[in-house]
Amino acid sequence: MLMNDPADRIRLFKVMVLARTCDDRMAKLKAQNEVAGSVFVGRGQEAFSGSAGIRLRPGDLFAPLIRDQAGRFGFGETPLEAVRTVLGRRTGAMRGRDGNVHRGDWGTGLLPMVSHLGAMVAPVVGTLLSRRLAGKQRDGDLSVGVAAIGDGGMNTGALHEAVNAAAVERLPLILLVADNQYAYSTTSDRTYACKHLVERAVGYGVAGHRCDGTDADACLATVGAAIAAARAGGGPQMVVADLLRLAGHGTHDDASYVAEDVKSRFGDCLQMYERTLVQQGALSADAVAAIRDEARKQVEAAVVQALAEPQPDPASEDWSARSERDLVNVRSA
Amino acid sequence: MKYLEAIRLALSDLLASDSRVFIYGQDIAGPFGGAFKATKGLSERFPGRVLNSPISEDAMTGIAIGAAMDGARPIVEYQFGDFASVAFNQLVNHAGSIFYRTGRSCPIVARFPVGGTPGGGPFHCQMPEAWLSNHPGLVVVAPATVADAYFMLKDAIACRDPVCFLEHKYLYYHLEADFDPQTADHPGLGRAVVRRAGDDLTIVAYSGMVHHAIAAAAELEASYGISAEVVDLRCVRPLDEETILASLSRTGRIIIASEGWPFGGPTAEIAALVAEKGFAFLDAPPVRLCARDTPIPFHPELFSAHHPDDQAIVQAALDLAKY
Repeated sequence: MLMNDPADRIRLFKVMVLARTCDDRMAKLKAQNEVAGSVFVGRGQEAFSGSAGIRLRPGDLFAPLIRDQAGRFGFGETPLEAVRTVLGRRTGAMRGRDGNVHRGDWGTGLLPMVSHLGAMVAPVVGTLLSRRLAGKQRDGDLSVGVAAIGDGGMNTGALHEAVNAAAVERLPLILLVADNQYAYSTTSDRTYACKHLVERAVGYGVAGHRCDGTDADACLATVGAAIAAARAGGGPQMVVADLLRLAGHGTHDDASYVAEDVKSRFGDCLQMYERTLVQQGALSADAVAAIRDEARKQVEAAVVQALAEPQPDPASEDWSARSERDLVNVRSA
Repeated sequence: MKYLEAIRLALSDLLASDSRVFIYGQDIAGPFGGAFKATKGLSERFPGRVLNSPISEDAMTGIAIGAAMDGARPIVEYQFGDFASVAFNQLVNHAGSIFYRTGRSCPIVARFPVGGTPGGGPFHCQMPEAWLSNHPGLVVVAPATVADAYFMLKDAIACRDPVCFLEHKYLYYHLEADFDPQTADHPGLGRAVVRRAGDDLTIVAYSGMVHHAIAAAAELEASYGISAEVVDLRCVRPLDEETILASLSRTGRIIIASEGWPFGGPTAEIAALVAEKGFAFLDAPPVRLCARDTPIPFHPELFSAHHPDDQAIVQAALDLAKY
């Protein structure tokens, strides 16, 4: 996988380190009783998620799921934005009204997910359709949308409807399928019966790609090629990565159900990438240490700032679920 | 003009006047023009903006959400309102939550052909307003007149919140009236209106039931000398409490009639409103008339006995007058 751009490889590594550092710190904040609800980490999925994030550009869309901190950082989220929402701070984009992974900003193209798996794919398709209808797309250099899903979410009706609709409209959707072997605690053999999820691409009439999700260079090359194909007008792309969630579903879950033989089949993408980059001379051991140190500083600064920021206040909260405060007077021009 | 033609005219005017508008739904493009022909001729006049969708109500709605968040003004047509249950998640959990969660508006309009027609059965006749109106983030409207079908659809596009637009299927071809689409004078989207003034009791209704209420009021006047006021809700969520309570304060008696089920729907909500805020106006307990508490039957004889009609309203009014 030497075709990857050297600068992209370093960028990916940095995003992976930052995501792991941030995830670990959030889990610690949970242990320190600073977080309501659970904390969800992407340990083991950073290479795949981050590869998509760094290959997106402003104007693109990214609909992340639970384990996409690396993709979020690659796409431009800052640690401060992440930490604010995890801590439920008023200063965060969700203002304490929604938490943890349900954060984003439609204005930047980082979509705030709802919990229902598969539900965020159709909105990505809708924005891409709208852009085509409005004449906002440039032929051969389309803005694209990445939607993340897993082996569990691949089986929802919402996912199926949305991917099919994207295929019918031939829109630049990239479906990022992280097959992490477990849908919460349920093993893949109870989740799907095809040999490999990439087989479903044929059924949808979309391009299918697969890669080893523990091999960062393979992820970068494969996801990069899929995004480039969508951008060029090749229609929807489905990329399936084989990997393992190296943590519980959330901090509340010890993942004791993960079988030893499954664990033995999957390495840690971050450890392996560090080893590869150092062995190949792409990064020195000192440079790796500096990257880790920088990530720790960034995350710690974000935590210190967010902890000092205000919580939402029920007394001053605007308890309005609708934009229109006076529907009696809503009238067409 | 027929009720359905008013909807088609509103769609056509919206496509002509607002480049952000497009329509997405099953079988809506030409030459077919939709199961009820609401979009007949529109795909030919507005190429690329009236798009057939797969049979995927969830994706249709999610696509509308994504388009709306990108600045478009999408209109989704469900072939039958019943099938929007497949889209429930996108409507309720997604469209309905976006403003509160993110501070951004999600202006989609979803059109639901609702209500019963003989032989339609359990899955082509339902009234979904109770499901939808429980959620605080959705606007639910149910036009009962030809003019409202036109103006409220245009007003729905002017609304920045997700609007569930309930069109009564029986009215599509059976209701005809003249109105001036150019008039600037029509009530706002959330306003209830008094269709017929009266002194002795108030009948609150919406959608197709408004016509049963008006027919009942005419018979009560002609045969029994009872003067009934008919309030057409127009908008089920949010409720125009002011207009309902103002009418009750004049009449002291209230019947709330609906084609929908009795449990937890708009009739129950209005009864609660009357108990909480209109208790002092009441000369008699509020009366609710709703569909029977079963799925909607197929056979025309069973179907017609399933929901209240003008005669049921007349009988209830006579009983209420005696209280």
